[in-house]
Amino acid sequence: MSLKDRVADILGKDLVALNEFRGDLCIEVPKGRIVQVLAKLKEEGGFDFLSDLFGVDNLDLYAKAAKKKKKSQEESEDTGETKGKESVQPRFEVIYLLLSLSTNERLQVMVRVPEDDLELPTVTGLWKAANWPEREVFDMFGIRFKGHPNLRRLLMWDEFQDHPLRKDYPLEGKGEERHLNYDIA
Amino acid sequence: MSIQFSLKGKGGKGVAKQLETICITTGPVEVGDYVTLNIGPIHPAMHGTLRVITKTDGETIVSAKPEIGYLHRGVEKLGENLTYSQFLPITDRLNYCSAICNNVAYEMAVEKLLGLQVPPKAQLIRMIMMELARIADHQVCVGILGVDLGALTPFFYLIIQREEIYEIFEWHHGARLTNSMGAIGGVEADLPERFHEKWPKLRDTIRKANDETDKLLTHNRIWMDRTIGVNAFCADDALNWGFTGPMLRACGVKRDLRKEEPYLMYDEVNFEIPTGKHGDVFDRYMVRMLEMEESVKIIDQAYALYKELPEDAPLMKKVPKIIKPPEGQIYHAIESPNGELGFFIKSDGSDKPYRIKIRPPCYMVYQAFEDLVKGEMISDLIACLSSLNVIAGELDR
Repeated sequence: MSLKDRVADILGKDLVALNEFRGDLCIEVPKGRIVQVLAKLKEEGGFDFLSDLFGVDNLDLYAKAAKKKKKSQEESEDTGETKGKESVQPRFEVIYLLLSLSTNERLQVMVRVPEDDLELPTVTGLWKAANWPEREVFDMFGIRFKGHPNLRRLLMWDEFQDHPLRKDYPLEGKGEERHLNYDIA
Repeated sequence: MSIQFSLKGKGGKGVAKQLETICITTGPVEVGDYVTLNIGPIHPAMHGTLRVITKTDGETIVSAKPEIGYLHRGVEKLGENLTYSQFLPITDRLNYCSAICNNVAYEMAVEKLLGLQVPPKAQLIRMIMMELARIADHQVCVGILGVDLGALTPFFYLIIQREEIYEIFEWHHGARLTNSMGAIGGVEADLPERFHEKWPKLRDTIRKANDETDKLLTHNRIWMDRTIGVNAFCADDALNWGFTGPMLRACGVKRDLRKEEPYLMYDEVNFEIPTGKHGDVFDRYMVRMLEMEESVKIIDQAYALYKELPEDAPLMKKVPKIIKPPEGQIYHAIESPNGELGFFIKSDGSDKPYRIKIRPPCYMVYQAFEDLVKGEMISDLIACLSSLNVIAGELDR
């Protein structure tokens, strides 16, 4: 039984999409069920090691796709009907890299996080290893993890306002400076 | 009675407030008999810009909160704005003790994205260079561990050999520390002429230096007292925290990506995976010492395989000047000296990666720092930190 079938078998309805590229399997699961899905994969699927966890901002990707679509629509002169019906795709992705220690199989589990609901349940209860990576995702993308023991910024300083790995944050920054506020009276 | 307490009692409000601001990031100040001790980010015993805020009861550590980000340069953001080839020199600045492993890990990730297979000669040269880098990395780690615990001599034995290794790097690609070795699709140069004379001598001197270090440290009474049983860690916890590499192997888990998910030509060479039992500083030291021996063995075998190949065998696969991988996302990991070093790359079909995520091995190890050092002495915290081999460049990216 291939990994694909096994994962589909374990997850059943929770499997939204499945994508294979160069031997790397990536599955999409619904946002609300992420903890249950990961627990299931850990218990039944044997994916007992969390290798990493990180976010992806798809803003530019969607902008590019929309541009392409517009262009093709203009070319075919078939506008009007499909316009306005475009469903808004969730902006962010959070990807969990799982590894099975017994079979050495790797699996990418992806959830989509819309911009208006930047919250995910924490998985620190399943793997302690998710502690800093979740803080980093919060730091870099602004996605909050509900139930995280210590959700503070990790790499940027505490007073920093933006989320630098978002695609609309400029590479050269916005001129922020770090001030150490030791107000000694 | 703690210092903090007495300061407050004396009405030294200014100083008490200063103490509060120092630990403001760790939450409210507990009024107890604990002294908050800030170590780093600039401190001779902290490796690079690491900072730990500890609470101590006498000499015993009650809590230790690592603060990171002092060397954060936004490597991942930079990667999104550079082309695939331009990002290669940036990877040197991750783990600067073994830059070649970062280079090869990145190159291999891009090659996986492109669906490339590198010629065998290039694979063997990469293997030889990576194992040399591994030896150099472990030599630094063991040497510094000795220095931090007060044994200066082994450091010199090891660092002299590291210089010799760096000489080989310099002959091959012109750089000693920030190597930027190879390119996407292979390596740019064959092994240098002088390598063929150098290696038979160097392998013996590396072994000799290891032997001398071993004689000086392993059965030394002071060394044993300072390392055996110091922050021992169990395998289940280590896996839960995401440990990989020598740290995990010291806990007794026989796991090495060179064996588990063989890449390059690691499945054609024979080597052992040294493991420890208790996961303490001593086991980590022993695992690293033994791994150096294994690396010498791997280089010998890889060199023998290299000798079998014709001299004009290709070194590079033909890769277009501007690399435009197809849309898709991959993750590829190799066993770097510190553990699993992975690159996740998402491509949108353009000449720049859409998203690069680096999975540094010491990031996962360092987040368990509080669990590792809780209940130990402050001086053991320094020993622990040296034995983790946390590299700030890789940690903060």
